[in-house]
Amino acid sequence: MKILVGVKRVLDYNVKARVNADKTGIELANVKMSMNPFDEIAVEEALRIKEAGNAEEVIAVSIGPSQSQETIRTALAMGADRGILIETDELLEPLAIAKLLKHLVEKEEPGLIVLGKQAIDGDNNQTGQMLSALTGMAQATFASKVEFEGDTLKVTREVDAGLESIKVKMPAVLTTDLRLNEPRYAKLPNIMKAKKKPLETIAVADTGVDVSSKLTVVEVNEPEQRKAGVIVSDVAELVEKLRNEAKVI
Amino acid sequence: MSYNAPVRDIAFMLNNVVGLSNVAKLEGFEEATEEMSVAILEESARFTSEVLAPLNASGDAEGATWSEEGVKTAAGWVEAYAQFVENGWGALSFPVAYGGQGLPMCLSSAVQEMWHSSNMSFGLCPLLTQGAVDALAHHASDELKDTYLPKMVEGTWTGTMNLTEPQAGTDLAAIRSKAEPEGDHYLITGQKIYITYGDHDMSENIVHLVLAKLPDAPEGVKGISLFVVPKFLVNDDGSLGDRNDVRCVSIEHKLGIHASPTCVMSYGDNGGAIGYLVGKPHHGLMYMFTMMNQARHAVGVQGYGIAERSYQQALAYANDRKQGPTLLGGNDSEGIINHPDVRRMLMTMRSSIEAMRGLALECAAAFDVAAKHPDESVREASQRRGELLTPLVKGWSTELGVELCSLGVQIHGGMGFIEETGAAQHLRDARIAPIYEGTTAIQANDLIGRKTARDGGKGLGELMADMKQVLNELKASDDVNVKAVAARFEPAIAAAESANEWLLGQNDPTQPSATSVEFLMMHGRLAGGWIMARTALAAIKAKQEPDADEAYLDAKTLLARYYAERMLPLVESGKTIVVDSADSTVGLDIAQL
Repeated sequence: MKILVGVKRVLDYNVKARVNADKTGIELANVKMSMNPFDEIAVEEALRIKEAGNAEEVIAVSIGPSQSQETIRTALAMGADRGILIETDELLEPLAIAKLLKHLVEKEEPGLIVLGKQAIDGDNNQTGQMLSALTGMAQATFASKVEFEGDTLKVTREVDAGLESIKVKMPAVLTTDLRLNEPRYAKLPNIMKAKKKPLETIAVADTGVDVSSKLTVVEVNEPEQRKAGVIVSDVAELVEKLRNEAKVI
Repeated sequence: MSYNAPVRDIAFMLNNVVGLSNVAKLEGFEEATEEMSVAILEESARFTSEVLAPLNASGDAEGATWSEEGVKTAAGWVEAYAQFVENGWGALSFPVAYGGQGLPMCLSSAVQEMWHSSNMSFGLCPLLTQGAVDALAHHASDELKDTYLPKMVEGTWTGTMNLTEPQAGTDLAAIRSKAEPEGDHYLITGQKIYITYGDHDMSENIVHLVLAKLPDAPEGVKGISLFVVPKFLVNDDGSLGDRNDVRCVSIEHKLGIHASPTCVMSYGDNGGAIGYLVGKPHHGLMYMFTMMNQARHAVGVQGYGIAERSYQQALAYANDRKQGPTLLGGNDSEGIINHPDVRRMLMTMRSSIEAMRGLALECAAAFDVAAKHPDESVREASQRRGELLTPLVKGWSTELGVELCSLGVQIHGGMGFIEETGAAQHLRDARIAPIYEGTTAIQANDLIGRKTARDGGKGLGELMADMKQVLNELKASDDVNVKAVAARFEPAIAAAESANEWLLGQNDPTQPSATSVEFLMMHGRLAGGWIMARTALAAIKAKQEPDADEAYLDAKTLLARYYAERMLPLVESGKTIVVDSADSTVGLDIAQL
């Protein structure tokens, strides 16, 4: 079985995000970029599945500019076998990403697709679900535990009410939550080997997929700065402020 | 306090200033491309900041502990070292034949900075192993190499250097440890002190390299031999056998590096520790110097590595701490970073760290060229350059490292003097670096004697010529910061040349000896200026590229200018001290002191 794992190049989680000058998005020029942390968890899970003998090959896939090759190399250094980059300089929406992934699914026929539940830049949390719908595969989202039972996956999901256990038949789409695993550090010899692993690049145009935008971004703004607190003299004043200023009671 | 490895600054210095691509052209170093260097530095940054840095303060507070059973490292160290080994970090620059990655020294030095910034006490263990591997790889028999190197390269066995004895520190001729031949091995007896990681619980075995004298040894340093003495004897099949007759009898209570056990080692309490001769009899000191040069360079890296950590902490505090209105910030809500004098301290730290980093990488790259270049004359010249720069890297960078860590405390004000803040630990840790692996005076002596007087100033002359070439490039620029660098660089070179001339003309060794440390510091500052001048030129060149980060590159040229304006005038005053202060230095009778 092959596993397809998605890795997105995003603003490094340590970098403080700033809105760009024309308020169309986040400033990305000359800032540190890294693999989306949820995708690191996805790579780790795919590798563990392979190491447990339940898969033969892990393919790391990214959709983005040519620099996304670095993100794929990081996945290869962690242990993925080969990489595919669908190259585009445009910022694609989740639906376009899901369609491009479907294109790869048809080509590679993986038994399992592992994606981060969301990327920390757009926080969309849509791609996995859309891919499942487009391919007709089962979906197991927000996974915090994954167990193999033949061609069935038993997945523990983190939901609002607690933990939900479900079984899905493969092929399936799995999206990872934060507590699924702790991603490994790449070993030095593997960093060096990663350079020699195959990395295929495909132009978006060659996929024949319609990636046109369905949304218009009106404006991006930074969240309002937190204001300084005030000390109230008694409970009556507190109640008064909560009622009339904050309007929460 | 967290650590954020300055990957971008390190990569810029390595690739744009020192020129890793020239090293990567050499046969055997092809893997060391710019892209590969960044991938390695980034993963090293993750590992050191997430695994090693969090153990720095706790290791300092807990320290290593001694008992009859052996030395225990602080909580979390065994696990961190296991992870270090598993991820292959120790094997970076070791020979491929023994399981290493065979990467150049300049790249491995760039990585090692992060070990020492994140956790200097931890970094010492692989530093010593590296020295031991180098000594064995160069001088031991194939049999010894096959037995010990693979495990040491892997890191599952660590190495130590056993030179010092209570009566024999700088004067190694005075050592008393003995080696008696017995069959295919020797029986070692004696006591060694200041043995870093002489015992600990992080590795399966510890391989001691020990200086001792054979029964027929001639007097003096020519009578010293080098032996391998393992903690556990190694069976023919490579498995571990009996415990050898060597043990740690106590560990020292120190000013800093508390988590690194500094051991008193006793050999042969029960008849003699089994040891194996490395190379030929009586050549031990020469072999040890192979290890020593490497170790001295590595200690120089510690000098600025620890200063980088101190800088990061001071910078964060200066941004955070508010104390009324400031001249640069205006109102009360701005941090003390807006005081011009706090800027002075931060700029001194930042620019000096970059200069020291560049010099250490330049020195390492020279050794890389010396090791692999096809042309013998290039190899020789590069070896000469590497050896010339080594005492500067060790002596200047460690002395300056202490000064910078002191500034790091100063920026914190009273809070810096409080241990809980963590700024003081860096200063305490930094203080050993100008002492071990040869004090600053020893480095200065090496610089004026072996590295200058011995070749009639050839190596130093070549360096001055290279500097003048950079000066010409500076003069051709119309950038205002570069012009300012040139204005200070030119008189500094002239001052250094005049000091060199003075040194080579001295017949009485007392005169240069009395001012040798100033001579070393003067050349360190000048070499730092050379690096910063090249950094400014590299930044201006990089600005021509599409999508260049102008703010980042402009900062580089301004740091170079600050360095030139603040540090290079000290080269001129240094020259005055060098040529004209010896008489007063040694003028008093001892009774008058």
